[in-house]
Amino acid sequence: MSQATKQQDLWKEDQVAGDGLRELTTLNLGPTHPATHGIFQNVLTMDGEIILETEQTIGYIHRAFEKICERRPFYQITTLTDRMNYCSAPINNMGWHMAVEKLLGIELPKRVEYMRVIIMELSRITDHIICNTIISQDAGATTPFLYVYQWREKIYEIYEEICGARLTTNMGRIGGFERNFSDLAWQRIRAILKEFPAVLDEFDALLVRNRIFMDRTINCGPIPADRALAYGLTGPNLRAAGVDYDVRVADPYSSYQDFDFAIPVGKSGDVYDRFTVRQEEMRQSLSIIRQALEKLDKIADKSTYRADVPDWVLPPKQEVYNDMEALIYHFKIVMGEVEVPVGEIYHCVEGGNGELGFYIVSDGGRNPFRVHFRRPCFIYYQAYPEIIKGGMLSDAILTMSSMNVIAGELDA
Amino acid sequence: MPAFTIKAERDQLTVDKLTERFGTGSFTHERLYDTVCFTVPKEKVHEVLAFLRDGLDFNFLTSLCGMHFPGLELELGAVYFLHSMRHGHRIRVKTHVALHDAKLPTATDLWPTANWMERETWDFFGIHFTGHPNLKRILNMEDFPAFPLRKDYPLEDPTREDKDDRYFGR
Repeated sequence: MSQATKQQDLWKEDQVAGDGLRELTTLNLGPTHPATHGIFQNVLTMDGEIILETEQTIGYIHRAFEKICERRPFYQITTLTDRMNYCSAPINNMGWHMAVEKLLGIELPKRVEYMRVIIMELSRITDHIICNTIISQDAGATTPFLYVYQWREKIYEIYEEICGARLTTNMGRIGGFERNFSDLAWQRIRAILKEFPAVLDEFDALLVRNRIFMDRTINCGPIPADRALAYGLTGPNLRAAGVDYDVRVADPYSSYQDFDFAIPVGKSGDVYDRFTVRQEEMRQSLSIIRQALEKLDKIADKSTYRADVPDWVLPPKQEVYNDMEALIYHFKIVMGEVEVPVGEIYHCVEGGNGELGFYIVSDGGRNPFRVHFRRPCFIYYQAYPEIIKGGMLSDAILTMSSMNVIAGELDA
Repeated sequence: MPAFTIKAERDQLTVDKLTERFGTGSFTHERLYDTVCFTVPKEKVHEVLAFLRDGLDFNFLTSLCGMHFPGLELELGAVYFLHSMRHGHRIRVKTHVALHDAKLPTATDLWPTANWMERETWDFFGIHFTGHPNLKRILNMEDFPAFPLRKDYPLEDPTREDKDDRYFGR
């Protein structure tokens, strides 16, 4: 009997004997493990290096945002939305503002909407930079994580110029922005448009046709389109599986219908597809920003930065001290005397990870009666056990980073 | 008014099909801003959801959340956010249950994604989803003594004396 058949027989024997001869290991992955990139736990039951079962525990940074919202006026909830997906905080902020504007029936000037589009696309780029560089880091390529990551820093400098904050931005107000963009902010946006495409090409050249990276990521953690839909995946993860659903196109908000852009889709929903979809989305985002700048150049008005809604934006302090009307509005806002219609709305935006929804039930009081956040991470992370089942542990790590699970959004 | 699109003909079609299948008295509907919301008794909710999924292409369960209206006879409720990607059409389905009998049929057999959403609703509102494969708390700790998103659960520590709501206009 040859060595190979002997081996095969042994293997068969092992299979027939069942669990008695197999030694299953329980592995705690997380809650604080550098490879999970966030605080959540996976208890893996493993046979050697093959994952058999996964038990997920989440909620380690649960902060009860939905409860806190019930006691806060609408404009103070913005700071809570930052802390959901902190990799692309401005999208959350503006999504919330748009939800409230929809409830109040506020219509925004085109200039403000285009400014919002620019900021939202910039934050989509930061989100994808973080995710893609972390994929490469977990696949063993450290270079992008160090060198592409600094572009996120440059985008944060734009945020800093606009609103003073970098990570949790609290950017904008209901009805628009708190102040006009400075010249420096515009310069920085144009600088990103000029310099970042070359960086993105280099990033592509380093990984997309790299044999090692392709072997590592193709067919790693795939999910077919029907399962992806059944599990409620949205955003790049769903598009990587081949479904061209993008909220910006399906339900355009903030004048996205004025822009010309493509929705990149993948085929098999594996790590490679998620990576390439995000790469292409960054290019599309740059193109959207370029179009927005062109459209803004055509608008003669350079001073409007919010809709005329004094009921919702605190007036500047010097006006409060010297101007009767401003004082009245200041008082009304702080004391919560502003009228809110009774009603309920759902508004969704395309966040960095997928459909980010805001459901507001208002009973006419100063705070919402009930707020529900549809957090894309929370909904798609439950597909993770099915995706990694039967795979290797190292693939599970890569799958997790490619799904871009953000602990803040997971737990809210 | 701001730009939101109303898909009036799809809305009407959905109402008609539901009426044809379940009869006029079995549900109510109203348009809230851009979306039509259906209110269905809890005995029928699973049947209605299954019909919407299979008969009217609502292939995607966007979200599911609970609600609590103290003072009503049927205090607790759940809202299902349905989305038909083929037609770009969204609706909401609501159902109400009494506090002492807070039980709903699970939707995990229709959409696997309902699993965590129902666990979250159980965790925060104490609505029991019968037939759910693994109904336990998800965000709060397992031995948490209350259902915190119910309106009678205080947001802040009730024993604190330095923050009196009367002084804050609440």
